[in-house]
Amino acid sequence: MAVTEDILRKQFPILGLTVNKRPLIYLDNAATTHKPVAVIDRLRHYYESENSNIHRGAHHLSQLATEAYEQARENIRKFINAGHNHEVIFTRGTTESINLVAYSFSKKFLNPGDEILISEMEHHSNIVPWQIACENHRANLKIIPINDKGELRMDQYRELLSDKTKLVAVTHVSNSLGTINPVKEIIRLAHQYNTAVLVDGAQAAPHIPIDVKALDCDFYCFSGHKMYGPMGVGVLYGKEKWLEQMPPYQGGGEMIKEVSFKKTTFNELPFKFEAGTPNVADVLGMDKAIQFILEVGHTDIARYENDLLKYAIDRLSELENIQFIGTAEQRTSVVSFLFTDIHPYDTGTILDKLGIAVRTGHHCAQPVMEHFQIPGTVRVSFALYNTKEEVDALVNALAKVREMFG
Amino acid sequence: MSGIKEKEQEIIEEFEIFDDWMDKYNYIIELGKSVPEINPEYKKEKHIIRGCQAQVWLHAEYKDGKVIYTADSDALITKGIIALLIKVLSGQPPQEIINADMAFIDQIGLREHLSQTRSNGLLNMIKQMKLYALAFQKSKS
Repeated sequence: MAVTEDILRKQFPILGLTVNKRPLIYLDNAATTHKPVAVIDRLRHYYESENSNIHRGAHHLSQLATEAYEQARENIRKFINAGHNHEVIFTRGTTESINLVAYSFSKKFLNPGDEILISEMEHHSNIVPWQIACENHRANLKIIPINDKGELRMDQYRELLSDKTKLVAVTHVSNSLGTINPVKEIIRLAHQYNTAVLVDGAQAAPHIPIDVKALDCDFYCFSGHKMYGPMGVGVLYGKEKWLEQMPPYQGGGEMIKEVSFKKTTFNELPFKFEAGTPNVADVLGMDKAIQFILEVGHTDIARYENDLLKYAIDRLSELENIQFIGTAEQRTSVVSFLFTDIHPYDTGTILDKLGIAVRTGHHCAQPVMEHFQIPGTVRVSFALYNTKEEVDALVNALAKVREMFG
Repeated sequence: MSGIKEKEQEIIEEFEIFDDWMDKYNYIIELGKSVPEINPEYKKEKHIIRGCQAQVWLHAEYKDGKVIYTADSDALITKGIIALLIKVLSGQPPQEIINADMAFIDQIGLREHLSQTRSNGLLNMIKQMKLYALAFQKSKS
């Protein structure tokens, strides 16, 4: 399937909406993307003709649903090029994936005086779980700083790494700046100290191919809803060697082998980490979303989105008093900016009135805002269904904002 | 009619003349530019009401049985709405402030600014204004 605007846009019913009597222009895809018909239909089909609890019950429906669920796991394994199906754990989303590792990995491997490294550009979801883990295990959290372009200071990273570093947690793509981090190099350096690396891939998954084998990462996390799939579902990839040793995160059904009041033995991977009835429907929806991405093709997506990003930066540069936040060499799909003389909240309010959805504020990355000493930004984030006409409409709307406040 | 309801009515009538949202917002922006800035000595951490998108500073004092509010915000639209809130609530007796339902915000079509998603500090500002009124009322009895 080629990325032709007409064909693509028709697959997203919500893009036909009007907001404040204007056609919706949705440029908040880093928050969540919209869902193609194929994904919506998949959810409906599951509830209409497959719904049942899985991995138990010998009846027909249960078998259908179990097969579909495990097929989805296999498809996702292929999508990220993992070695084994049981290295793919289904979670509620990136946040839960990170929390799982922060809890279980730390319980087993984090000792007093050890260090965890994160970066200054992390989303709060990749900060707070590590703060909690460090507090629980009397370990220390260290921060890799960023430069003024919004890139990681690799020189500083090298200095921070040591035998004390138990884990490095970094984002693949920054949600507030769009920076693509050199995760492969980050991982290579960490492995010299036998340090595990967790990659937050929430913002990468919809835009760039993920190959956990080539990266050699120890953990990789992403969410369904940011890549055209349903909300409330996500993935944790973990290397078998870690997952085997880590204790369960939550207790309940599915994750046990045998239960007695004296002693419970835990199920094998991946079920050890999937307590309770799984979110089958949304896993199947996410599977469909991944199929959708593969059908369009990563090469076409990247070419199209990069072209759009470049066009947006060029057009936005025409505006007076605009300051871009995040100008990394390697970046994708996000433009963060503010007018030096207009508060981002004011800009966002008027854009909303004009039917344009953007995100304003600190984007759950307050340390980034602190680095640049700003109250927040206006963040425009693209998906494969956005168009140059929408960028033009954005620029016209921003000109209107300047007229009103300037 | 209470003092608060009278003020609300004035604002509702003012807003009736606007045909479209842009006139309305231009007016709010003008109000924002004109709001009496809070005394700089109150514009610090202690008086801040944090929102994820915009911040508000609020100060209250009790004079002759009435609560006097001054406030500020870093965003102009928020500041304009603050001007409206102050117009309605400042200079009123505590009990009336506590009882105020602030229905006028809805009637002039600005309710969206008080929603949780906006997170601009306004919702908490109203709460804080009422808490001040409650505290002043308690301290006098």
